Amino acid sequence: MDFDYSDDQKFLKDEARKFLAARCAPSVVRGVLDDPARSYDTGLWSAVAEQGWLGAAIPEQYNGLGLGRVELCAIAEELGRAVAPIPFASTVYVLAEAVMAHGTDAQKAAILPRIAAGELIGCLAVSEGPGTVTPSALSAKVEGGKLSGVKIPVTDGDAAGMAIVLANEGGRPGLFLVDLKASGVRAETLESLDPTRGVARLTFEGATADRLGEAGQGFELVQAILDRAAVLLAFEQLGGADRCLEMAREYALGRYAFGRVIAGYQAMKHKMADMYVKNEVARSNAYYGAWALDVDAPELPTAAAAARIAASDAFWFASKESVQVHGGMGFTWDVDCHLYYRRSRQLSLVAGSPKLWKERLVSELEKKNAA
Amino acid sequence: MDFNDSPEEAAYREKARAWLAENAAAHRAAHGEPKPTTPEHMAAAKAWQARKAGAGYACITWPAGVGGGGGTPIQSVIFGQEEAKAGVSYGYFTIGLGMCVPTVMAFASDETKQRFVSPAVKGEEIWCQLFSEPAGGSDVAALRTRAVKDGSDWVINGQKVWTTGAHYCDYGIVLVRTDVDAPKHKGLTMFWIDMRDAAVECRPIHQMSGGREFNEVYFTDLRVKDSQRLGAVGEGWKVALVTLMNERLAVGGSSGPDYRQVMELARGLSGPNGPALKDNAFREKLADWYVNSQGLKYTRFRTMTALSRGQTPGPESSIGKIIAANQMQEMANTAVEAQGEYGILTDPSLAPMEAAFQASLMWAPGLRIAGGTDEILKNIIAERVLGLPGDVRVDKDVAFKDMPTGR
Repeated sequence: MDFDYSDDQKFLKDEARKFLAARCAPSVVRGVLDDPARSYDTGLWSAVAEQGWLGAAIPEQYNGLGLGRVELCAIAEELGRAVAPIPFASTVYVLAEAVMAHGTDAQKAAILPRIAAGELIGCLAVSEGPGTVTPSALSAKVEGGKLSGVKIPVTDGDAAGMAIVLANEGGRPGLFLVDLKASGVRAETLESLDPTRGVARLTFEGATADRLGEAGQGFELVQAILDRAAVLLAFEQLGGADRCLEMAREYALGRYAFGRVIAGYQAMKHKMADMYVKNEVARSNAYYGAWALDVDAPELPTAAAAARIAASDAFWFASKESVQVHGGMGFTWDVDCHLYYRRSRQLSLVAGSPKLWKERLVSELEKKNAA
Repeated sequence: MDFNDSPEEAAYREKARAWLAENAAAHRAAHGEPKPTTPEHMAAAKAWQARKAGAGYACITWPAGVGGGGGTPIQSVIFGQEEAKAGVSYGYFTIGLGMCVPTVMAFASDETKQRFVSPAVKGEEIWCQLFSEPAGGSDVAALRTRAVKDGSDWVINGQKVWTTGAHYCDYGIVLVRTDVDAPKHKGLTMFWIDMRDAAVECRPIHQMSGGREFNEVYFTDLRVKDSQRLGAVGEGWKVALVTLMNERLAVGGSSGPDYRQVMELARGLSGPNGPALKDNAFREKLADWYVNSQGLKYTRFRTMTALSRGQTPGPESSIGKIIAANQMQEMANTAVEAQGEYGILTDPSLAPMEAAFQASLMWAPGLRIAGGTDEILKNIIAERVLGLPGDVRVDKDVAFKDMPTGR
């Protein structure tokens, strides 16, 4: 039984934590939060690229480090802990993973080295409005290799150089790679619950579209991409949830009310014990997801769903209750609680809400346990 | 990250499997499969324990010198898994070998250890733990059973409660008050006692579930020798902490239906919008239960990993019972409600799955209390894992006899 980070992976994780403590202090996060013109921190992005993290799981032949997915999970956990204001998930968990899994050799050669070098930011453009996109409602379309339609919201769409777009071609849904710096693309930055991450509306009017993966398989491909991303996002959520518990604990140990520290009151202790329980459930499910992702196990759909559900629940709970433990201070702009509260919403919404993943999980269980 | 045994672990598992295959078959041939709680069941359990002890598979982590296996914690886990697969696990020895005998080994004289440890390992004698009292559940140190010195003996009077297995046990360890003038934690002393003594009376407790699996134990002028004392006079609380440290390892997972059975039930039940399994509210709950069950399963794997690496497991295993007990209650109630008016029936020949959900519904409240209530377990996580302050103790410096008491 070897169901934990290895010593090497722990070392990588510790180094990542030190690096982010030095380069991604709350002031860096707040720099993006308080400046509507910035959707990410370019300095941190370059530094992360120099560390090799963008290409951590990209094979060496494409200038990556060729590490496993568990290493990437360790990095993700630390990024989540630091609420890093960079388009890492969209670029690494989504674009790089999708191209590695579904791209042609030419697409891999064209895209992966640019990601590893920090020259290309990615994004996933699926949503077209409130609610979930369904095959019958999908309106973006590709005709003669040209894409038209509107995608809203697109996480990191304003910073990205390349999008993976879900669109119909000849009446069948497919996925398409679109160069966002070419003609026929307009990106508008939008306001969101989490201003430390970029969100945009992308309008396509005859943009050149290059199909990714099999024709007609758009929705299946999106799900496959999200299965992989969900595990990595779960680690970001887990890192955030653990940090919320730490912040709550530190504050409660220093805050006096009624003549003693509030950390001594059972209502507070039990609230933090509840956070701990949820975080451990999330960690165990996330580890299983990491294993399934790393070895490309057939269990990945259920493992990813369980990891995402547990991590979404843990981060939501820890982030909202951490505000409460901090009392009135927790409700101020100046205390960091809301950075996590906001990020917990961003991470829960960005790859399908927990409700959708619960339905997916039960559907998978039904298949597995069919009577 | 993987789920594979190391080469040494795989070799041990192989050896254990081979031994179990041969010996489980021989054991079944000799004893059949008697019904739980019958004398035949107990005889089979004792025979199996003796067979294991003979091969070094009883108390695997204990030194061979006291009858153990001289092995490692991970070997103990591996054997436990294989034993469960072989379908020959008995619960009678868990508390004695998990909590009581380790306390005896830590505090008794060499003579006492020589007399008792080996017979316990071989299953010849069974031990119980007598701590809880009507006036001391979560607050065990508030217990009132008295031991009074009489010459070189002690005389014990009082009552214990919720003693698992008291009626079939041969010996027990009992925590009693020897000084009412000291504050409550400082006036306690631990003894081992003979459960067959005529001054010890066991009365079954009629539980809310209808069963009678636990006991009240009454002591009326029970005379014990001073040599039966475990630890110094007045040091009983420290001794009890050693016993309780072993409790979390000894108290196993819960039995009863899991999410698979609820799913199977819901597949066959009709609701207002078709099968209950197609109901969205039900599906969301099912997903949460699955995620929690998986969370506990992989948390155990993390604990095993620490053991496998020769490390001390982290505190993560402390989440187990809080989740398992609460989830058992919620699942049972959802399953019962899904049956509609029919859910009220408890006749196993009528109720789905032989009324397993109805039984589980009535058992769950007890599971949320046994081995630490939800609230105590959360205190433990808060204090021992998160390092938060202990509760304010208004009785810490008060002589026991002056402590306020209610019912």
